[in-house]
Amino acid sequence: MVATSEPPKASFRLSMLIYDTRYRSLTIQVVFLMLFMAGAAWLIDNTIQNLRALGKDFNYGFLSVRAGYDINQMLVQYSNDSSHARAMLVGLLNTLFVAFLACITATVIGVMAGILRLSKNWVVARLMTVYIEAFRNVPLLLWIIVIFAIMTESMPPPNAFRGDDAASSMLLFDSVAITNRGVYVPEPLFGRSLGNIDIGIFLISVDLLAIIAVITLSVMANRALLRNALRVQEATGLRPTTWWKTILILIAPLVALLVALGFHFGYPELRGFNFVGGTHMRNSLVALWLALSVYTGAFIAENVRSGIQAISHGQSEAAFALGLRPGRTMSLVVLPQAMRVIIPPLISQYLNITKNTSLAIAVGYMDLRATLGGITLNQTGRELEAMLLMMLIYLIISLMISSAMNLYNRSVRLKER
Amino acid sequence: MKKSVFLGTLSLAALAGGLASAATLDDVKARGVLNCGVSTGVNGFSAPDASGEWQGFDVAVCRAVAAAVLADPKKVKFVSTTGQTRFTALASGEIDILSRNSTWTFSRDVDLKFTFAGVNYYDGQGFMVSKALGVSSAKELDGATVCIQTGTTTELNLADYFKSNNMSYEPVPIETNAEAQQQYLAGACDVYTTDASGLAATRATFADPENHIVLPEIISKEPLGPMVRHGDDQWSDIVMWTLNALIAAEEYGVTSANIEELAKGTNNPEINRLLGTEGDLGAMFGLDKEWGKRAIQAGGNYGEIFAANIGESTPIGIARGLNAQWTQGGLLYSPPFR
Amino acid sequence: MTRTIAYVRNQMQGQEPPPVSQIGAIRWMHENLFSGPLNSILTILSVLCVGWIAQHIGPWFLNAVWNADSLAECRQILQGETGACFGVIKDRWHQLLYGFYPQDSYWRPNLAAALLLVALAPLLFPDVPRKLIWFSLLYPAVGFFLLWGGSIWPPLVALAGLAVGFAAYAALIKTSSLAATIAAIIVPILWWLFVSGPLGDALAQATPGLGLRSIGSDEFGGFMLSIIIGVTGIALSLPLGILLALGRKSDLLLVKVICVGFIEFIRGVPLITLLFTASLLLNYFLPPGSNFDIILRVIIMVTLFAAAYMAEVIRGGLAALPRGQYEAADALGLDYWKAQQLIIMPQALKISIPGIVGTFIGLFKDTTLVVFIGLLDPIGLSSAIRADTDWNGIYWELFLFIGALFFIFCFSMSRYSMYLEKKLKTDHR
Repeated sequence: MVATSEPPKASFRLSMLIYDTRYRSLTIQVVFLMLFMAGAAWLIDNTIQNLRALGKDFNYGFLSVRAGYDINQMLVQYSNDSSHARAMLVGLLNTLFVAFLACITATVIGVMAGILRLSKNWVVARLMTVYIEAFRNVPLLLWIIVIFAIMTESMPPPNAFRGDDAASSMLLFDSVAITNRGVYVPEPLFGRSLGNIDIGIFLISVDLLAIIAVITLSVMANRALLRNALRVQEATGLRPTTWWKTILILIAPLVALLVALGFHFGYPELRGFNFVGGTHMRNSLVALWLALSVYTGAFIAENVRSGIQAISHGQSEAAFALGLRPGRTMSLVVLPQAMRVIIPPLISQYLNITKNTSLAIAVGYMDLRATLGGITLNQTGRELEAMLLMMLIYLIISLMISSAMNLYNRSVRLKER
Repeated sequence: MKKSVFLGTLSLAALAGGLASAATLDDVKARGVLNCGVSTGVNGFSAPDASGEWQGFDVAVCRAVAAAVLADPKKVKFVSTTGQTRFTALASGEIDILSRNSTWTFSRDVDLKFTFAGVNYYDGQGFMVSKALGVSSAKELDGATVCIQTGTTTELNLADYFKSNNMSYEPVPIETNAEAQQQYLAGACDVYTTDASGLAATRATFADPENHIVLPEIISKEPLGPMVRHGDDQWSDIVMWTLNALIAAEEYGVTSANIEELAKGTNNPEINRLLGTEGDLGAMFGLDKEWGKRAIQAGGNYGEIFAANIGESTPIGIARGLNAQWTQGGLLYSPPFR
Repeated sequence: MTRTIAYVRNQMQGQEPPPVSQIGAIRWMHENLFSGPLNSILTILSVLCVGWIAQHIGPWFLNAVWNADSLAECRQILQGETGACFGVIKDRWHQLLYGFYPQDSYWRPNLAAALLLVALAPLLFPDVPRKLIWFSLLYPAVGFFLLWGGSIWPPLVALAGLAVGFAAYAALIKTSSLAATIAAIIVPILWWLFVSGPLGDALAQATPGLGLRSIGSDEFGGFMLSIIIGVTGIALSLPLGILLALGRKSDLLLVKVICVGFIEFIRGVPLITLLFTASLLLNYFLPPGSNFDIILRVIIMVTLFAAAYMAEVIRGGLAALPRGQYEAADALGLDYWKAQQLIIMPQALKISIPGIVGTFIGLFKDTTLVVFIGLLDPIGLSSAIRADTDWNGIYWELFLFIGALFFIFCFSMSRYSMYLEKKLKTDHR
């Protein structure tokens, strides 16, 4: 606002532009726009000149060039013969993947810690306070590094599992191996797989589609069943027993499908240097995931606490007067009302998680920044293009999340009055 | 108002930061300090000691240049750069030389618009494994987990090597050397790969270096050298010939011990030209007569610098190998000072 | 005269102590720890958890070694026992705190920090004499001079810009208040852009001895760097955030659009990309050949980042203000700026204190990200220290030290915000 009102030459007619409130806002806006345009033009002009001086151009052709490097965690097909654009996609999916996982666990941790902090139990409340303050007041980066170091230093290397008198052993009937290279868990496999569909960008497993379809159908059938039961109840006052039908509808088709597909688990086993088979959750993923969820959990806990405290005491007292136990009071009376206060900051915490995944750089998790903004940028020397594209992608993700928040806010506001 | 004052004072700092113009030599002389980009910490090559002084092999190159240009090896401002920021720092003029084990490649020289002022270390990418693994050749590494420092040429070399040998591997990208070391020592990766010199330097810091071996395979050529911006030939000449002076000094037996003696004049005209007692080579690129003498005095000749920082008597213990003089079967070969 | 009735007790019985289960520790434990099965389980779990942690960390602390010059020496002293090696802190604490700042000049950052507290006092505590606010205004120049050193003239000349602006204002106020306001803004800017640099340099060259030894940004590091970036970012982001928030609430469409665009852009991208922009891209956006201090670039980016968040926090405060307040200001005939200054902002800022302090804390913690562009903040230094042969392989001691330092700062900031909230609370809920 510094120069919002540069004075035109003081002549009688022009002075109206400043002193007359009808015109003043227009003047200010025009001056503001001119300054803004001048600033933008200056930046663009500088960029063009600098690029010319360096003998570089501005183009995204590098995206279709062979990437030449390997990525360890790929949710879609990728090899070092794929293009930089493909590498970018792999990185983006990795970013979204860890953000999604962290959002779920952070919410669970946060809600539990928030409720427990208000607990009457002295030890538990203090412990939660310590947890929340410790994580809120120490930089996330430090936590990521510390958790990564703990995972690396205190978990056994695959070597320790080797031999007859191995120093470490696998957990849960030899199905889970926790090593300092990551956690290996059994992976679901299909003996009579239906194959994949190639939709151009990536492959979609038909098995997965079939499972989703069957579950959706079961849930819909169950809904119909419950609706029917409700109708009978309203008409006759007697509710037909539905629980065994529900179980049957929900489980039987899925089991049938799984049997038909030849479903079984692939267990990890130690072969050569590493565990082979099973799903490998790399240390970088686990450390980032844990750190993000525990750190953000502390913030969510504070949101939950203030949300609960925002509900007037009368509500919980009324619930107690009705004879509800504390647990039921919380889940039936207080939390549903507190939700309206809790959810907007919760969503902005999700936004923070998504942006904080870029700290993956500290643990070598191959996210968008590591592929597009890291190796690709370094190998091609296209800083300007790569950074702008990366910012754009993050911006789009963030805008999608915040528009979800706005939608929610609007829906809550409509119900309010 | 408080804000504006601050911006005002800081804009002064900005102006004092100076402008990078074509003539780097003039800038450096006017500034009185050489800005030198180094890595954030590789033992033996560049790392700050307890008193904050930078020490190491790469650091010594900068000190020699500072001695040649500014007559004081201490007048160097070391800017720590990461694998990611190093080239931009040089291109933007933030630093005058990048001396940070960077590999001389075609695309960096041509596409990124830098000039390599010679090679101060002939290196190659190698693998380090724990002896307990029982591996004696890189060909046996199929399926191994490999720690790599990101943002370097090593990633591409590694991908190429494993591909051409039909082997698979699991890359663990790491940002800094210190972290890569941590991962490797904890067994989170079987193999650590980087330049062989870096491996030796890293191995030297282990509590039990004898339990780790560097495999014989060297999978790439990594000529490392100081870089300057493209288009300032005077400056790149100064850096290049300072480096050559160090190399030539070793060849002719000029050491920091006998340099004062030799500077009084010898019967070897090449030494005389190098030390400025005969002719005036320095004037040809804007320096005085004794630039070469000062550069050598800063930390000794190439051999002395090597021995003091990474040589066999140090914990790092790198043999001269390719980095011996051409007369000793190495690749170091300084063009004549004439 | 006591009448005695046989069946009435005339001597009072002494009070019996309450049953053992209803007093002291037992009652407290019954009420607070074991009031129900769920609570009992939670208590036992928590105690086990704490016990487990203590069992694992306890020996490490108890066996701590303070007098050692290298990790190897530590290991030798410990002889296979687990134990912390705080020798590294003793050996390198000055680097973790001051980076590579020359040791004989440590008094300068120390003095700057002490003066910072003095400068903050009038803003933080109401009991301090109001006059001190003048010192707060002078502080940026003082702090800059102390930390970076060099000649005394450039900061003085920059400060003179304020005086020049004030003089212009005073000269023109008689003729027109609008012209005076504009002059008060434009003249200092022109002064700083065109006059102060050359004048400062000229004066500095005329009197070479006057000043402190100049210390470059490359020697800054450690916690000092975090504090410099954090404090300047905080000081600059608040006014910028207020302006952005007002711009976003403005009726002027263009101003509003640009402010919204700016805020959403900055909030939409991770700070790390902005820092990479500062280190990788800024030289594309500036005139060819210009190059300025990396710390300054980082401060600018961090400030912009925090300002966008600040704007949203303050906007929340503005939105929470009842409409009646705006209308009342209008009814009093106050113009826009007067209304903001006297009525709206004091209330809006008060409402947003927790959010503002939260943003400050976040900004301070985010200063650690500068490690990724090669600046040696405490975390960056911890890697550099580990690159030294003596301290190779040392982690927890350094992390603990760094974490504790950050915790102290952030925790005291959040406690202060609680104090402020309580103090300024005027409603009776």
